Amino acid sequence: MNTTIRLQREPFDAALEARKLTGGRTDIGAVVTFTGVCRADEGGEPIAALTLEHYPGMAEAEIARHVEKAIARWPLLGVTVIHRFGRIAPGEDIVLVITASSHRQAAFAAAEFLMDYLKTRAPFWKQVEKRGGKSWVEAKASDDSAAERWSEPKPARRDAAQ
Amino acid sequence: MKLRYFAWVRERIGKAEEDLDPPASVATVADLVAWLAQQGEGYAYAFENPNVIRAAIDKSHVHADARIAGAGEVALFPPMTGG
Repeated sequence: MNTTIRLQREPFDAALEARKLTGGRTDIGAVVTFTGVCRADEGGEPIAALTLEHYPGMAEAEIARHVEKAIARWPLLGVTVIHRFGRIAPGEDIVLVITASSHRQAAFAAAEFLMDYLKTRAPFWKQVEKRGGKSWVEAKASDDSAAERWSEPKPARRDAAQ
Repeated sequence: MKLRYFAWVRERIGKAEEDLDPPASVATVADLVAWLAQQGEGYAYAFENPNVIRAAIDKSHVHADARIAGAGEVALFPPMTGG
C-alpha cells in the first residue's frame, strides 16, 4: 500500500502526485483525483483570499485515521492526501485526494469518503478576506450529513410499498 | 494542563495556548468550558455558546462528557471547515 499524507503551505502538482502513486505498477486499473479549489466567492460575496488555520499534529493524525478506515473498507492500492494551509488565493488548489484501486467503484467511493470526512473532522478552519474585513467560514450542516452517510451500521430501509 | 485554542476561539481569548490548572471540581470537557467562560471577558465571549465548541484531548476528538483527568493537552475550537 502506497500511502502519502502531507500538510504544506506551498502548492501541489496533482498530475505529478498521481504519477507517483501509479509509477511502475500494472495492478492499478482506476485512479480518482479530487482537487478542492479556492472559489472567488463565499456566500455570494467576492473574496480576496482564504487563510487556512490547522492544528499541527492532530490534522495529520486525523487524516491518517480516516485513510486507515478507507483502506479497511475498500480494496485500495494507493492513497494520497495533501492539504494546504496558510493564505490561498482564488483559483489556487486547497486539497488533493487521490485513490487508486483495481476497479473504479472503490476508488470513487474512497475518494468521496475521505473528502466528506476531511470537511467535518480534520482540524482545519477557513477564514475569508472580504472587502469588509476577515471572517470565519461557518460549518455547513450539509457537510455534516454528507459525512454521516458513511457511518455504519446503516439504518434499515423502509419498504416504500407499505 | 496545556490548553490550545483555534480559529475564533483563539481570537476571542487572545492567545493560542496556555498552561492552566483548573480546580478538582472540573472533571469533564463541558466542566472545563463552563469554568473557562468565567475567567474573563474574552473567555466569556469565546464560550458564550458552549454547544458549538468542539474538543480534542491529546489530539483526538472527544465529546463534551469526556473526562479530562490525565490529559496532557486539551484543545477547544469551533466546528471544522477544512477540505
